Amino acid sequence: MIEKTCVIGAGTIGSLCAAHLGRNTEVSVLTRRSEHADALNHEGLRISGKSDVHTELFATTDPESLPEPDLVIVATKATQITQAANALAGRFPKAVVLTIQNGIGTEEVVHRSGPWPVVSSVTFMSGVRESDSHVHYELDTPTWMGPYPLSGADYDTARAIGDLFAASGLKAEVMADVRTAQWSKLIFNASVNSVAALTDLPHVSLFARRDRPTDLGHLMHDLIEEGKAVAAAAGIELFEDPWEMNVQAVTTGRTHDENYAHVPSMLTDVRAGQRTEIDFILGSIVREADRLGLSVPLSRALYRLVKARDRSYDDEEAL
Amino acid sequence: MKIGVIGCGAIGSLFAAHLATLDDVEVWVYDVSSEHVDAINRRGLKLTGLGEVHSWPSATADPSELPALDFGIVATKGMYTGAAVEAAAKALSDAAVCSVQNGVGNEEIIAQHVQRVIRGTTFPAGRMLEPGLVQWDTAGKTWIGPFEPKPAHMDEVETLAATLTRSGMETAALADARGAQWTKLIFNAASNAICSLTLLPHGRACVHEEVRWVMDRVVAEGKSVAAALGVEMETDPADLLQSSIEVAFDHKPSMLQDVLAQRRTEIDMLNGGIVRFGEETGVPTPLNQTAWALIKGLEASWDL
Repeated sequence: MIEKTCVIGAGTIGSLCAAHLGRNTEVSVLTRRSEHADALNHEGLRISGKSDVHTELFATTDPESLPEPDLVIVATKATQITQAANALAGRFPKAVVLTIQNGIGTEEVVHRSGPWPVVSSVTFMSGVRESDSHVHYELDTPTWMGPYPLSGADYDTARAIGDLFAASGLKAEVMADVRTAQWSKLIFNASVNSVAALTDLPHVSLFARRDRPTDLGHLMHDLIEEGKAVAAAAGIELFEDPWEMNVQAVTTGRTHDENYAHVPSMLTDVRAGQRTEIDFILGSIVREADRLGLSVPLSRALYRLVKARDRSYDDEEAL
Repeated sequence: MKIGVIGCGAIGSLFAAHLATLDDVEVWVYDVSSEHVDAINRRGLKLTGLGEVHSWPSATADPSELPALDFGIVATKGMYTGAAVEAAAKALSDAAVCSVQNGVGNEEIIAQHVQRVIRGTTFPAGRMLEPGLVQWDTAGKTWIGPFEPKPAHMDEVETLAATLTRSGMETAALADARGAQWTKLIFNAASNAICSLTLLPHGRACVHEEVRWVMDRVVAEGKSVAAALGVEMETDPADLLQSSIEVAFDHKPSMLQDVLAQRRTEIDMLNGGIVRFGEETGVPTPLNQTAWALIKGLEASWDL
């Protein structure tokens, strides 16, 4: 029975989890900035848009002051996963940990830091942070989750979390092997995010157009084919076809709003001069291709070009 | 002798200003910028920087004012070649017309409007400071030769080269000028496109190991296409990338300047040109295709 939840990182996804799960559990939140924690302690956390929630919670910048939880949700950016894992190391031996980042590899970092059963997930939820204490919930698509087997988690561990999500007003789908969904989203994300970061384009219909030779649909399709070849060689059967995801996302499928142009997170990062998650996204595909001895020239080129755009390229604390 | 410079930006101005110092040459300039044209007619055309030149070509924004010309020198950006040459076609009807533009594909467009075409490649560079005044940044040679499908006579090519050299623009006349053109094309395709995508200046991009890997592949594809066309390189573009690191360490290639100012780029004539000739010769050019599509995407982002 999950009665206490601790959320590490209160960005858009962390906030959506914290506010909704506050309906059924006692929630604490670890933030990086003290103003952020202060705002949450004074004003609570409000969600508008797809849900209407207002949750009281305990927020702090000090991991030592977090109360013992049953469930830890690690919702930082992938680039901050090592700090998040360090904050948890040696604590909360009875807790279960859910990782909820873009890309793949964060469940492994968490697993190496402690004995917890780890459930990995991949989410398509999205929203816009209006302020430190208010998130507008835009896409209420499901979060797919499943056990990370090396950690000793099993299907029931994941199902308990999935049930809590569903009971709290979030959509969840529990799977025995979540890698099939993770890789679908990974390949989709890797192509969309890197092309967006380099062209300064939000995810618009150009990404699926293949009329003229320079239309970006050709490049997207070729990148996705490279990713699919890597997944196939790794023995992963994809849950959804990433090209179809791309086509659907730029038509009105996901939002029913033809003017909706999603700004992928990597484009947001590049525009803000912040470090991107490229190492966990396109980088994971390139590393897996290297491990399997596959050639992925386009993925490698885009990976390197985005790395060059990454202002913190020389930051030592990378993977 | 009457020579018309078609398109008088930085490169066109370098040619026009030098040529107009010669007593035996009548130089005309055609440009769409009436401010630049008026400034030249009122105060002359001035170069500053590497050398100081002040001369008096006749300038016009109205191509019907151009006299019948012996030579044309086309120096517009690649996307304006067709419109500019078509507008000046009457004055150029018995002229030998030489491109000194970036990339490949301009001579083909010029040949749709005139009878005798000269293939050209130029290395000097500069930038417009104000109407009538151009900063001359880089010296360098110009190579010209008959454009094979619709060639100018070799003696015309030699006359133009000798005239340009006499005016201070060192120019070589070659029977086959494709080597110089492809050398510069491949160098530009690597430097301009990749600097524009990473926002790094030339030298910084070249010494960035991961970026250099991408540039080297763009170069390797270009060299394969050139080899398939039977073009013999003037210089290895890879050496050119290397040797220009120091002199151009913080130099922003022209396409990067265009991208930062959100002006349309010449990508169609650079990486796009390599891709088109790659298709003709059956040589795959995936990274040039990728750079082409990404820059086109970047251009599209300005219209959103």
